[in-house]
Amino acid sequence: MPALTDLIEAGRPAEHQAPWRHAVVAPKAWNLAVEQLAAGRWSLLGLWGEPDKVHMALLDEARVIGVISLDCRGGRYPSVGQQHPPALRLERAAADLFGLAPQGLPDTRRWLDHGQWGVSHPLATQPAKPAGEASYRFLTAEGESLHQIPVGPVHAGIIEPGHFRFTASGETVVRLEERLGYVHKGIEGLMAGAPLDRAAMLAGRTSGDSTVAYSLAFARAVEAALGVAVPPRAIWLRALMAELERLANHLGDIGAICNDAAFALMHAHCGVLRERVLRAADAAFGHRLMRDRIVPGGAAGDLNEAGTSAIRSLVAEIRQRFPHLVELYDNTASLQDRTVATGRLNVELARQYAAGGYVGRASGRDFDARRTPGYAPYDELTFDVPVLQEGDVNARVWIRVREVEQSLSLVEQILGRLPAGPIRADVATANEPREGMALVEGFRGDILVWLRIGEGGLIERCHLRDPSWFQWPLLEAAIEGNIVADFPICNKSFNCSYSGHDL
Amino acid sequence: MRKLLFESLIRPPLTERSPQVSDAAVDELARALDGAARKRLGRSLSIRAVDAGSCNGCELEIHALNNAFYDIERFGFRFVASPRHADVLLVTGPVTKNMREALKRTWDATPNPKWVVALGGCAKDGGCFAGSYAVVGGVSGVVPVDLHIPGCPPRPIEILKGLIALLDGANGTVGASLA
Repeated sequence: MPALTDLIEAGRPAEHQAPWRHAVVAPKAWNLAVEQLAAGRWSLLGLWGEPDKVHMALLDEARVIGVISLDCRGGRYPSVGQQHPPALRLERAAADLFGLAPQGLPDTRRWLDHGQWGVSHPLATQPAKPAGEASYRFLTAEGESLHQIPVGPVHAGIIEPGHFRFTASGETVVRLEERLGYVHKGIEGLMAGAPLDRAAMLAGRTSGDSTVAYSLAFARAVEAALGVAVPPRAIWLRALMAELERLANHLGDIGAICNDAAFALMHAHCGVLRERVLRAADAAFGHRLMRDRIVPGGAAGDLNEAGTSAIRSLVAEIRQRFPHLVELYDNTASLQDRTVATGRLNVELARQYAAGGYVGRASGRDFDARRTPGYAPYDELTFDVPVLQEGDVNARVWIRVREVEQSLSLVEQILGRLPAGPIRADVATANEPREGMALVEGFRGDILVWLRIGEGGLIERCHLRDPSWFQWPLLEAAIEGNIVADFPICNKSFNCSYSGHDL
Repeated sequence: MRKLLFESLIRPPLTERSPQVSDAAVDELARALDGAARKRLGRSLSIRAVDAGSCNGCELEIHALNNAFYDIERFGFRFVASPRHADVLLVTGPVTKNMREALKRTWDATPNPKWVVALGGCAKDGGCFAGSYAVVGGVSGVVPVDLHIPGCPPRPIEILKGLIALLDGANGTVGASLA
């Protein structure tokens, strides 16, 4: 059985790549890696294209991370999705953007390209004429008395757009198929040729609820590529922002999930706590969502006395109020009736798709990028990574509850040990192209950023992989056999990003 | 649950005071609204939020309007589930080309009189996504816009100010002050 390092050593190493190894490999080694994925030994962290190459980020059994690439002559390469379904949508997206042709891909429908751009393969060396609008063939379901329910792209609530096609038998969902791509903004296209500060802005606007996590992932990838030493105080401030973002989102989600079971009281109280987090973030860092506060080289603003005390009183408030809400959740039978055993995601699927965040951890996948591969300052902090096996809506609520408690502790630890000193280092450009990669734990799961910076300090190619890529397909599996009326609560318990996925 | 409910009775409310409406918003509205429509609406506005490609940041702050601090329903605003029930479309995002048709159809499905509020920097001119092959670049490129609320994302209080200006305008107070 090969190790990832063996494959990479056998290939042609990419120059100036940090922090993980990257090699261009022969088709045979590529296929060997695909076999490891299909056999369930390795996990797929990402798959993305370039005009003449396809790249795969992998995690092997020894939890070693690496990137392998394959030259695509004539745009062709052997499909990964053919053997490892989690790659399917990533390959369809790379086909839409770069015109790559994965050989043997079982699903060749366009994914991000809805025939509206006025161009085909916009990121290829030679973009093609538009292929024209083609109707989208949804997958079929056969049986007596089945009916279809089309939902979206404009949804009834205040949420992002996407289309859901339900096939139901009476009240029971037989098949759900998602169609996404409606909020594709062409972020990776805008990144190409952008200076670092503009690219950092774009990265921070990939998914609004994870603006801190994306900014951090982008900054860490740039810093890895250019070998920037970030001042210690900045590293700790960035972790503080990341934990505040996690708190705000988890509190909002816990309330919103209960609201989808028509239990508005939890929603109201969690909404108050979420608002308190945003106000403390505003007081401490000058923006409620802390947007553009993390930049390559450090942080854009320092934390003062007033900010520190705002965060300290926030933690005290949540510590006082949150346990009562958890007790309320746990002791309300009518609410438990809706969440327990609903939308069950089995452990095997979570593992196969390398599902990150609460989706994976509620279904037995013990993975947190803060611990593996880990990054500063988390190696100096004490925290638990909660894992459950049940995989239902209730488990996804409990993972969030436990993570709120962990984040509160992390915020206190960070405030107690925040080092003094500068908060930003100069980012000097290099004389040759440099590659960098980062894996950062956002509230939703691990965000991967891979980029190459050219000689002039401009971004040549930047790929941002949202955790939702590996969670959206699992929602289709989790809803099967549930009633249509339980879809909102299942969907909210996953809370996948549309914008982060569509990019 | 009883304990929580009881506490809510004795604790002071969290709700913010009603904000002052910004002059710029009132000016923009005075130009946008026509007299005939104002009387029809009574004291409430039904809002249909449409995400036309935002990063979801604006949606988070729209959500915040429903929390106990801003409690938007006390001003007569309701978020409705269908454009058929709406007076106002609150549109976010740079309008992706993949959402252009859906936005237009949502507007067509909204009965007259209707207004469009473009929320956030992207909704005005595409923001940092302007120039991409995949975006139109601003809501006004697809449907007529009556009011812009700037910000990335705008704070809830700014959204509230803009909407109150719209409501005042719709009820004729803006027109009255100009008459």
